[in-house]
Amino acid sequence: MRISDPVRPSPERLLKQVQAEENKRWGARLKIFLGYAPGVGKSYRMLDEARRRHERGEDVVVGAIQDQQSEDVKALLQKLESIPSQSEEHAGLDLDAVLRRAPQVCVVDPLGAENPATSRNPHRWQDVQELLRSGISVLTSVNLLHVEEYREKVQAITGKYTTETIPKSFLLAADDIVIVDVPADLCLARSGEKLTSIGISNARERKLSELRELALLLTAEVVDAQLETYVHAHGIQPVFGTHERFLVCITPESNAKAMIQSGIRNKERFQGELYVLYIHRHGLSCEESARVETYLQAARNAGTTTEILQSDDPVSAIGEFATQKRITQIFIGHGSHDNWRDRLFGDPVLRLIRASDGIDVRVFPQ
Amino acid sequence: MSESDETQRRKLKVYLGYAAGVGKTFQMLSDAQAATQRGLDVVIAYFEPHARPDTIAQAAGLEMLPRRQIEYRNRVFNEMDTDATLRRKPDIALVDELAHTNVPGSERSKRWEDVQVLLEAGIEVWTTMNVQHLESLYDQIWQVTGIQVRETVPDWVVRRAAEIVAVDVTPDALLNRLKRGAIYKPEVIEKALSGFFKTSNLGALREMTLRQAAHEVDLRQTAYDETSDAGLSTAPSQDVPGDAAKERILIVVTADPSTAMLIRRGRRVADYLHADCIALFVHRTPTVTELPAEERHTLEKHLRFARSLQMETRVVAGIDIARTVVEFARSHQVTQVFVAPSRGGLRERLLGRNFVENIVRLAEDLQVTVVADRSRRPASS
Repeated sequence: MRISDPVRPSPERLLKQVQAEENKRWGARLKIFLGYAPGVGKSYRMLDEARRRHERGEDVVVGAIQDQQSEDVKALLQKLESIPSQSEEHAGLDLDAVLRRAPQVCVVDPLGAENPATSRNPHRWQDVQELLRSGISVLTSVNLLHVEEYREKVQAITGKYTTETIPKSFLLAADDIVIVDVPADLCLARSGEKLTSIGISNARERKLSELRELALLLTAEVVDAQLETYVHAHGIQPVFGTHERFLVCITPESNAKAMIQSGIRNKERFQGELYVLYIHRHGLSCEESARVETYLQAARNAGTTTEILQSDDPVSAIGEFATQKRITQIFIGHGSHDNWRDRLFGDPVLRLIRASDGIDVRVFPQ
Repeated sequence: MSESDETQRRKLKVYLGYAAGVGKTFQMLSDAQAATQRGLDVVIAYFEPHARPDTIAQAAGLEMLPRRQIEYRNRVFNEMDTDATLRRKPDIALVDELAHTNVPGSERSKRWEDVQVLLEAGIEVWTTMNVQHLESLYDQIWQVTGIQVRETVPDWVVRRAAEIVAVDVTPDALLNRLKRGAIYKPEVIEKALSGFFKTSNLGALREMTLRQAAHEVDLRQTAYDETSDAGLSTAPSQDVPGDAAKERILIVVTADPSTAMLIRRGRRVADYLHADCIALFVHRTPTVTELPAEERHTLEKHLRFARSLQMETRVVAGIDIARTVVEFARSHQVTQVFVAPSRGGLRERLLGRNFVENIVRLAEDLQVTVVADRSRRPASS
């Protein structure tokens, strides 16, 4: 049994800090407009922001733009300076031309594109990193399909396939992300389909609506990571309760199987996070140790994060872990066979309830 | 509401945001312009008169119904004229700020109640609200932001909406708008920046908006699957009737003020778990009428609140409250009992009167959720 190390900052946060530090020297910021499908209006929202910034006196250029443009988008483009592509064969962003022009802000639409074979960088998102490193802020758009970690899911829902993807960590490291949310019927209508009544009216809208949910949750995840970074950077108390986070505390005696199952179900329903925690206790029999290991393995098999901590004071250890992970609900087992009167001052369950400020405690029968 | 009523009712669309100035009204008006171009009859039934210039420009060309003027304490207030909207009977009525409380003297006390009247009269309604006005989020919002929201909308009103649209903007962009004076008048800006419009508040509320919108979108998929044959054959059946995992939540109502947060939290958890939810009050007097008047009033208030959130309420007699609750739970297939944390000190515990302990001890086969008092954790600053 391996005992986990104390909680450390996530790789995403470290990466973000490094990137932010690097870009901050130049004041460059990356802003991503995320959409769940073509037709939600990402390009329009992005170019409209570019227009407003230009009108407020910022030096804005358009470095790359999607081939298919709506009338609204064309009208916006006319108000902005564009950096043309190198040539017909070498379409897309002319990185060196933008670097020479050195604007404050460059529009790169879309982010998930492959560069022509002769380019310096294979992926466009690498061009964007170069722009940021040179102090040029970037406004860019991403379709959920092009986020590597979502590609399979989107493909399963829509049948659409792409090889042009960007890693999710790139999104998590962005300074700003905005979701362009639009009901599925309007999204379909923009690609020329007949408009149905509001709400989900047919199977296609049902499918798109699944992508919509994924995109909303992805944005929420990025926003949560940003909030955490902000709170750390400003030394203020972590924010509790924006998101349901479940902590299942198991012991050899607990009905761990039911607790973990319930935890998984709650996690799915709340689109939350789940941790299974075991506070290591000395003097367990082989049989008890094996049982705990089985529980933890079952949790890991179900894709759950498990933690083992060493402590003589389980109540405090659970409390500290819960605070660190911003837990909102703790699941704990309670033996009915306990002589509760004798243990009035010591019953860990009751002590935990008293100690869990701001966290719900759900007591499971054993 | 019966099924025939349901078919007559028109649809509701809610633009959900996280603060003033994120662009909810703007987005609604922009969609309304597009709907007008498609030939639909759209009118503005209510629109905040102190709207931003961009927003006012977006309303150009849309018919605006006159507001109703109501005098209260020698001042004139402008409210939506529900009767005039009913007479005008457009395809779609735009009604800003769903959570608004009408001035005393209005026919209905809440704007969301006016909206129900329009929907039932066959008018589609598009409206705007911020996530913090959702009733069941009250305690979490308090915990996260330190703000107690006064105007709330019951969750079922939003749940019955056909469509929810998240209106998203970054806190930085919102703060820029605020500093430019695009949201509030100059004299209010400083106060807003040090209060509600703190970056951490805005980030937290934004996250909650996105998650709420995702949840609402998910609920509508499930509802679609339940009514369409196509969905039935392909969707995983997680929630078939008689499913062993089906949860039923029991909320223990007392005269303690913490009951309100218990009801809100229970409602929220029940909605997410697709569980039934019952609110139970146990009185130790033979009849409810023998309770002291003040206690009875508080209880009536709590039970009315539970009913306003569409919970079944029950009142039973019992000398031992914990035992009565557990027996009721067993005979009603309850899986989870929600109780407030005990406020009792050492003396109470020594006397064995601690309700939470008693119920945990007795509930051998039930789960007991002790709901945290979220107002006690100081908000981040």
